Amino acid sequence: MFGLDSSDWSAVWLTLKLAALVTFILLLLGIPLAWWLSRGQSWFKGIVGAVVALPLVLPPTVLGFYLLMAMGPSGFLGHFTQHWGLGLLPFTFPGLVLASVCYSLPFVVQPLQTSFSAISQRSLETAATLRASPLDTFFSVVLPMARPGILSAAILGFTHTVGEFGVILMIGGNIPGQTRVLSVQIYDYVEAMEYSKAHHLSAAMLLFSFCLLWLIYGLNRQKTA
Amino acid sequence: MIQARFQLAYPTFALQVDLDLPAHGVTALFGHSGSGKTSLLRCLAGLEKTASGYLNVNGEIWQDKTTFLPTYQRPLGYVFQEANLFPHLSVRQNLEYGLKRIPAAARQIHFEQVVLWLGLTHCLDRKNPLGLSGGEKQRVAMGRALLSSPRLLLMDEPLSGLDEQSKAEIMPYLEQMHRALDIPVIYVSHSLNEVLQLADQIVVLEQGKAIANGPIQTVLTRLDLPLSQREDASSILEATLAFHDQAYQLSRLDFAGGHLWVSQVSAPLGSVVRACVLARDVSLATARPEGSSINNILSGTITEIQVFGAAQLNVSLLLGDSVSLLSRITRLSGDRLGLKVGMQVFVQIKSVSLIL
Repeated sequence: MFGLDSSDWSAVWLTLKLAALVTFILLLLGIPLAWWLSRGQSWFKGIVGAVVALPLVLPPTVLGFYLLMAMGPSGFLGHFTQHWGLGLLPFTFPGLVLASVCYSLPFVVQPLQTSFSAISQRSLETAATLRASPLDTFFSVVLPMARPGILSAAILGFTHTVGEFGVILMIGGNIPGQTRVLSVQIYDYVEAMEYSKAHHLSAAMLLFSFCLLWLIYGLNRQKTA
Repeated sequence: MIQARFQLAYPTFALQVDLDLPAHGVTALFGHSGSGKTSLLRCLAGLEKTASGYLNVNGEIWQDKTTFLPTYQRPLGYVFQEANLFPHLSVRQNLEYGLKRIPAAARQIHFEQVVLWLGLTHCLDRKNPLGLSGGEKQRVAMGRALLSSPRLLLMDEPLSGLDEQSKAEIMPYLEQMHRALDIPVIYVSHSLNEVLQLADQIVVLEQGKAIANGPIQTVLTRLDLPLSQREDASSILEATLAFHDQAYQLSRLDFAGGHLWVSQVSAPLGSVVRACVLARDVSLATARPEGSSINNILSGTITEIQVFGAAQLNVSLLLGDSVSLLSRITRLSGDRLGLKVGMQVFVQIKSVSLIL
């Protein structure tokens, strides 16, 4: 179908699986983190904010290199995973997930933080005067009011993971069905001068991304209108 | 009884109050901006977490040395200057927000009752509450606060963000509210007009301190307090509608110090009416004026005289045994009539504005 062979489909499936899982983890992690960054008063906030934003400025290869070191047999993550009998993470799918979460974190946290900051203290106080506990307020006021921000965070996290290349190559290498994602597959085709295959895959990717964004933005506009 | 003691330091001033407030009727917190009235209201609501002090509402401790009940555990309603409606909820969902969060047994105010009373039936199903007019939004905010069946209602200048028309539209609801519902209301305002219309009790705040706390009639007419020092200084007479004169289309109001004739009031006999009298509309005479067009001539005793500005006097009077009234006359008149404390005088009231 679409001129794609089975190895292409396997790369597509792997990419979608990775992106969906990473987006899910990032929202779970990013929402409380962004809330804390937008409301907390700790001096510690500046440091955490800077660490979260690092992947924005670091070359992916640098980030990938350190992650590889950390996950390797003598890295602290490697010690940890080996101790718990999980083996080593480099060149595995879980390794890719972990690396992608680190790499895409700022793309999720920043839109979330912006939309959380836009929610006035007054709205939270109003909810408190109406008997809503802080947790209740978070779910009944903060999350619904930040809905557009959460949606853009999810889109950015998802698309950024789909398009990621440098970190993947450093951590995951190129194992078919396990770590060979779309971007790597396309790169392989280009390396092997198989331009028509690269073209099919790239075009399918382009079409898919466009349709996804169109659908999501369309839904969002309908809801807010 | 509400006992409130708070200390709260700000960069520019410190709030320091020790107040006993009645647990019924409307208590106004009155003062200039920056006098600490909103801060005090926020302390009562538990929104100022750094305030130290003591708060006892009808025997329940909301705050003391060891207790600080968080806002969401205090059975209060708070109406802010802005309506602060939740934009992601419909008008109905906004109204139900607090209602849903109290146990069914604690619900004393019913949804239909509030909707009907505040005239919100037409906009209940509006998806976007931000499309409502300013007055409608503030009515929804009031309804939302009331539906949480508060045992104390705090209002922070709920009219100040509205244009004159919306203010006029909301005022009757506020006036009815404290009669219809038996909830103590604490109302922050810097508008004398609103206070005259609504308040039973008034606390005057200046630079974080309460300089007066008492029934509005008393505080208004005390010459040592700032309310009597305003251009629009006024007194309040609580009266009962006693008689309608159909021939002249007038109504007679009886109060402890006499009676007043006013343009016919469309309310049943026996209604309690509040008459506001501007000090500058009250003139004095040492003999009963003959041949005057003024209908309302009462007799009173001078209790205090104070020079006001360069040319005027503030004269406080006692009508009957207990009703005080303010008069503002020129210094010249005072000397001409030889006015002294303890003198019996005739009091002519040129005009009265009524609050039903």
